[in-house]
Amino acid sequence: MLEVKNLKFRYNGFEVNASLKVNEREILTLLGPNGSGKTTLLRCVYGILKPRTPCVYLDGKDVHSMDLRERAKNMGYVPQIHHPSFPYTVLEFVVMGRASQISTFESPGGEDYRIAMNALKLVGIENLADKPYTQISGGQLQLALIARALVQNPKAILFDEPTAHLDFKNQIKVLEMIRRITFEKNIATILTLHDPNLAGIYSDRIALVKDGKIYAIGRPEEVLTENELGHVYEMGVRVISVDSFRLVLPVLNKLRNL
Amino acid sequence: MTRKVILIFFLVFPVFSFFTSLCIGAYNIPLSAIVKMISAKTLEAITLGRFSLELSYPSTYETILFQIRLPRVITAMLVGSALAVSGAVLQATFRNPLVDSYIIGISAGAAFGAALAFGFLPASIEVSAFVFSMVAMFLTYTLAKIRGRVTVISLILAGIIMNAFFSALTSMLKFLMEHEKLAGVVYWLMGSFANADWNVVSRIAIPITAGCTAICLMRWHLNVLSMGEEAQILGIDVGKMRFTYISIVSFMTAIAVAHCGIIGWVGLIMPHIVRMSFGPDHKTLIPLSIAIGAGFMVLADDLARALTTFEIPIGIVTTILGIPFFIYLLRKTGGGEWHA
Ligand SMILES: Nc1ncnc2c1ncn2[C@@H]1O[C@H](COP(=O)(O)OP(=O)(O)OP(=O)(O)O)[C@@H](O)[C@H]1O
Ligand SMILES: [Mg+2]
Repeated sequence: MLEVKNLKFRYNGFEVNASLKVNEREILTLLGPNGSGKTTLLRCVYGILKPRTPCVYLDGKDVHSMDLRERAKNMGYVPQIHHPSFPYTVLEFVVMGRASQISTFESPGGEDYRIAMNALKLVGIENLADKPYTQISGGQLQLALIARALVQNPKAILFDEPTAHLDFKNQIKVLEMIRRITFEKNIATILTLHDPNLAGIYSDRIALVKDGKIYAIGRPEEVLTENELGHVYEMGVRVISVDSFRLVLPVLNKLRNL
Repeated sequence: MTRKVILIFFLVFPVFSFFTSLCIGAYNIPLSAIVKMISAKTLEAITLGRFSLELSYPSTYETILFQIRLPRVITAMLVGSALAVSGAVLQATFRNPLVDSYIIGISAGAAFGAALAFGFLPASIEVSAFVFSMVAMFLTYTLAKIRGRVTVISLILAGIIMNAFFSALTSMLKFLMEHEKLAGVVYWLMGSFANADWNVVSRIAIPITAGCTAICLMRWHLNVLSMGEEAQILGIDVGKMRFTYISIVSFMTAIAVAHCGIIGWVGLIMPHIVRMSFGPDHKTLIPLSIAIGAGFMVLADDLARALTTFEIPIGIVTTILGIPFFIYLLRKTGGGEWHA
């Protein structure tokens, strides 16, 4: 279980303040407007940004006091933006996720490549293994990043906007994949999304983030309401039920009818 | 299969260069004589002088081979591999395909340190070269960092500035130096293996071999480090690792510069040639850069000493060969997409 207790962090002027819990085999989605502090919160949870006092615990252990290797063995982080580097093959790229298990004076061995290959198979891009990772599509890169996080064998993974820049089908594909690994690998998952509908479909719980604080947290049907969403996004929102899902629509203003 | 052929070529290349370079020069010696003389010496050494082969070559052969060419060729190979591996490491740590120890000013810093110790300080030339190579490195990096970012171009620009700065300081030293020392410094600075003898070999062999071995052992983590700040989420202490790699590289460069002067561009070109044939994985890139760096450097030195009746400083040869390559790379990479 990943537990965040009273996390406090300040950028000049901007403050994040949050508490939350995620169980293994559970997906918690952070939903909120641009600049509401989702990325900052994820970075604080992982410890890329360090709050002053210990506040993040994984199975009771203080995450921020772990050394970098220890932390990478326990937690994965899939960043919002990846700046491409030399054109490593997809397999070489994914095997880098094993870095925390490989001593400074060693290179990955057959076992590490086998694990990386299995991760590629799991996310369904093993056919790209020998392609330069700088020459695959955005959706495929997202899957490769997920595979790289998987080979760390973590207990928790944080995904920052895993669906950014993906087409409709790939958004679904990536989220299905995240759901699948969360269950198959017993992972506690936190992700951030911008689409309330996707959040409603794929999350076990949703946290609405506004101005660096968690405005509401709960199961999708508790949180995705006209009231809460309208307040967080400061716009008119309609919610209708389709099958067992909530469908969120903007209230159409006059411009749309021109 | 073509990969295998190229691999064999890369590995045979330094051996080929080694023997070719021993043969050619103002006085050509046939390969068979070289092989026999080296075998005889080796046999003598292994059996502690109890066995020796009687060879009937003129004694000038022996002198030229063992006193002149062999130490020179070994020096060139050691320096070539040190510079090539340094380039590969710097390109990875800075995520910048356009740098080597010359371009970012490490060599100029080392040269200043060496000249300072040679002319004015009672300090070890190597130590002083190393200290100033690190100073130059630190200054270049600090200067290149603009709003927390080091871009491909800002690093190169900072390198140009540091090169100019340390060259000016070195010129100042030359200006102040006693005349009998000056001539040596001027020639040495241009980069040359003309003074390479067994004494030089004995002073560079261990540090450079040790440096290359260390980098070879640590080579895979260069892949991870080339992910930039993101490497920390893979469990790598980015700052500490960068510092470690850069220190080893500065050390090797300083040793090379202290004895053979500034030899540019080799470190830039060699890793690219390997990458073009085998891709960027440092597992292969590092050992192959060492191999072809060694081979290339002796061949370039052959040009330097055999092309004309007088000797051209090797630094001039590598610069003339290197610049077209740099222009090609600059065009190809566009010079700006990455940042550290
Ligand atoms: N490096 C930084 N230095 C100072 N302030 C920052 C920095 N990064 C972000 N901020 C501020 O922190 C606030 C939260 O930013 P953050 O990136 O966490 O938002 P977000 O919810 O992830 O937004 P988005 O949906 O656009 O990704 C913003 O007001 C931003 O201006
Ligand atoms: Mg964000």
